[in-house]
Amino acid sequence: MSIFAEVPQAPPVAVFKLTADFREDTHAQKVNLGVGAYRTDDCLPWVLPVVKKVEQMIVEDNSLNHEYLPILGLPELRSAASKVALGDDSPAIKDGRVGAVQALGGTGALRIGAEFLRRWYNGTNNTATPVYVSAPTWENHNAVFSDAGFKDIRPYHYWDGEKKGLDVTGIMDDLENAPEHSIFVLHACAHNPTGTDPTPDEWKTISEVMKRRKLFVFFDSAYQGFASGSLDKDAWAIRYFVSEGFELLCAQSFSKNFGLYNERVGNLTVVAQDKDNLARVLSQMEKIVRTTWSNPPSQGARIVAITLNNPDLFIEWKGNVKTMADRVLLMRDQLKAKLIALGTPGTWDHITQQIGMFSFTGLNPKQVQYMIKEKHVYLMASGRINMCGLTSKNIDYVAESIHETVSKEVTSHWTGSDITVGLPVERKRCVARRSWGEIFTFISFSDSLKMEKSCCFLSW
Amino acid sequence: MQVCDLLSWWSEVQMGPPDPILGVSEAYKRDTNPKKINLGVGAYRDDQGKPYVLSCVRKAEAQIAAKKLDKEYLAIGGLGDFTKACAKLALGDDNEVIKSGRNITVQTISGTGSLRIGANFLSRFHTEARDVYLPKPSWGNHTPIFRDAGMQLKAYTYYDPKTCGFDFQGALNDISKIPEKSVIMLHACAHNPTGVDPRPEQWKEIADLVKKRNLLVFFDMAYQGFASGDIDRDAWAVRYFIEQGHNIVLSQSFAKNMGLYGERVGGFTVVCKDAEEAKRVESQLKILIRPIYSNPPMNGARIAATILNTPDLYKEWLGEVHGMANRIITMRELLVANLKKEGSTRNWKHVIDQIGMFCFTGLKPEQVERLTKEFSVYMTKDGRISMAGVTSGNVGYLAQGIHAVTK
Repeated sequence: MSIFAEVPQAPPVAVFKLTADFREDTHAQKVNLGVGAYRTDDCLPWVLPVVKKVEQMIVEDNSLNHEYLPILGLPELRSAASKVALGDDSPAIKDGRVGAVQALGGTGALRIGAEFLRRWYNGTNNTATPVYVSAPTWENHNAVFSDAGFKDIRPYHYWDGEKKGLDVTGIMDDLENAPEHSIFVLHACAHNPTGTDPTPDEWKTISEVMKRRKLFVFFDSAYQGFASGSLDKDAWAIRYFVSEGFELLCAQSFSKNFGLYNERVGNLTVVAQDKDNLARVLSQMEKIVRTTWSNPPSQGARIVAITLNNPDLFIEWKGNVKTMADRVLLMRDQLKAKLIALGTPGTWDHITQQIGMFSFTGLNPKQVQYMIKEKHVYLMASGRINMCGLTSKNIDYVAESIHETVSKEVTSHWTGSDITVGLPVERKRCVARRSWGEIFTFISFSDSLKMEKSCCFLSW
Repeated sequence: MQVCDLLSWWSEVQMGPPDPILGVSEAYKRDTNPKKINLGVGAYRDDQGKPYVLSCVRKAEAQIAAKKLDKEYLAIGGLGDFTKACAKLALGDDNEVIKSGRNITVQTISGTGSLRIGANFLSRFHTEARDVYLPKPSWGNHTPIFRDAGMQLKAYTYYDPKTCGFDFQGALNDISKIPEKSVIMLHACAHNPTGVDPRPEQWKEIADLVKKRNLLVFFDMAYQGFASGDIDRDAWAVRYFIEQGHNIVLSQSFAKNMGLYGERVGGFTVVCKDAEEAKRVESQLKILIRPIYSNPPMNGARIAATILNTPDLYKEWLGEVHGMANRIITMRELLVANLKKEGSTRNWKHVIDQIGMFCFTGLKPEQVERLTKEFSVYMTKDGRISMAGVTSGNVGYLAQGIHAVTK
């Protein structure tokens, strides 16, 4: 009898399954608006010119080898990355109370931070500390904190499906009612999946409540520069909270803004009260890193470090980032204009009000299924689209598809393999974990889906 | 500037102790003695004491650069070209396991990442037993990895300090008492830290006993090719166990045998009952990996895959691995010769009998401390030295130091 006889088949990770299905689709006009990766107007991946340049420099540098990096990573990357987040003239950096851990992408940074908090925050090994993630949020947030050992992961109100914007009252209520010391995962900019960010004034109010209620700030910053085109603007919230005196963690990803997706370059910035606390925190993070991956990969770190630390290359990089951000803004403008021109029912202002790579279109699950099955336009069940998947060549087709979908009374029913019955999250850990993020997406999204009924989320 | 709350969140966070292995290198760096020698971390050095970038690696890198590939995310399980080749390297090209598709091999963050994924997987799904039995001693990082994954650590006798060799009977005795279904960790070759490996006939008895006890075998293979210089010979134990019907789990690292240390290239394999089971296991491995780092880094895997899949480069690689292993073997011989020359009357045969990067010298902690303080020779407290740090230039000085603290 195999020891693995009882291992159940886990559901596929939704976003990657979407791309897999897209690849198999033979329809001539198929469009992939799923995975969050930048595409050029020819719908091709884009290796940033500055990255190509730096890679060439690395190839030609015979003094470089493949030796181990230190456990916490390449020092030049860690300091430069934290500077990018906090600003060149950050008082916290000057005070020597900012440190960092190089990590494998934003995911890795989140995980190291989560593992650290579970061990050392709010007591020791306090797995009961509530962790709040936005409703909806990036689906992997739940699993990161859950696998790090936290037992109580809760949604905080975020997206208002009716007004298609921020549920400010909901956020504030949740902040006021959260138990003291709860951890809140905040998206620094370009909220994934909604593309909806608090305004500076809203951030100020959030900060005030979090300080008063002793809540912990954990920023997820995966799109700095990518959202507005300006590094400083996109880091405003992080810098504001630091200036307000918070000790915080900030998980940074260089996947999108450097286009270095598969090199796994990330950085966990740690802002502590003082040098001494910082040193102890970093020493414990080392222990966590050592049993997770020992030391991080060097290639991507070198590319980012060289770029950030060279004034000319840094300027060139900022230009590349702006190119990407501008194309996204253009697609937003055009999509909205076309939907309006087509007379598509509903309001579409949110398309241009939202920011970053993603847009929460407002399409409901049935409509999403229609888009996929009938129009071969692939998007997430939540209605999230990746604006980067839009090009001048496919935008008309996409606009028409949305128009058709929304205009029809879409009533198709799906049975059998198309629907995975949603499970209450206490059951079957492995399935529930993945489904959690999707359930949050659904519940916050559409009032018509209730937990008591067969809560459908599409497992395609 | 007013910092939130007079008390930091982290006031109660203790200072973590320095890593016992990596901490050695850090201490070495701080030392200003021109004769200092770093025999701590297991990273290969050439005879000038310099890191060695393999020629086949440079060639592979040039080939890859010319292809101008994109940087799109890899699948959660990693680069297909790499994982297939990785499994073949360990199991052999014609292995029935690979042919029947009953293995799942995922790309991991080198050996550590592989062990951690494995530990997490066993912790979540191997619910009949919580205990992992490590050889005594084992790589220092094994214990915290399994502990952090939620398993319990136990040990079986392995090293005999009297002979500086393998305590075969001791091992069999202990293994015969291990409760059924427990996990037993075996170092496939070039045992770390002792350099002491079972002989083939001893492996056969171990395999037999492990089957009788119905134990789950976890092989750690971090030195394939590096031990004897022959990749098939170094994988013999792994292949034998599989032949004997053990459905093993296996961690592989390409840090040492391809010199890809900082690129973090590794693999984790589960040998399943059949292809259907392999699919289920694969799906669960992905669920484990995604919340740690989403998907693995491309660069090193691409280099390794290129080497493994390009006949010329593969041949060159085999030659270079053989070369590295040979230099180590030569250094072992030189060290013993020099110790004799110094006038040491101790038995140093184990230095030559042991295999792989490390040598368990038999030095006691006090002797190690003297060696470090008086001679600036850096090694771990357990008396382990990395032979890769020994060169024809420093072996004489090293012999002097060892003799001085042991006479």
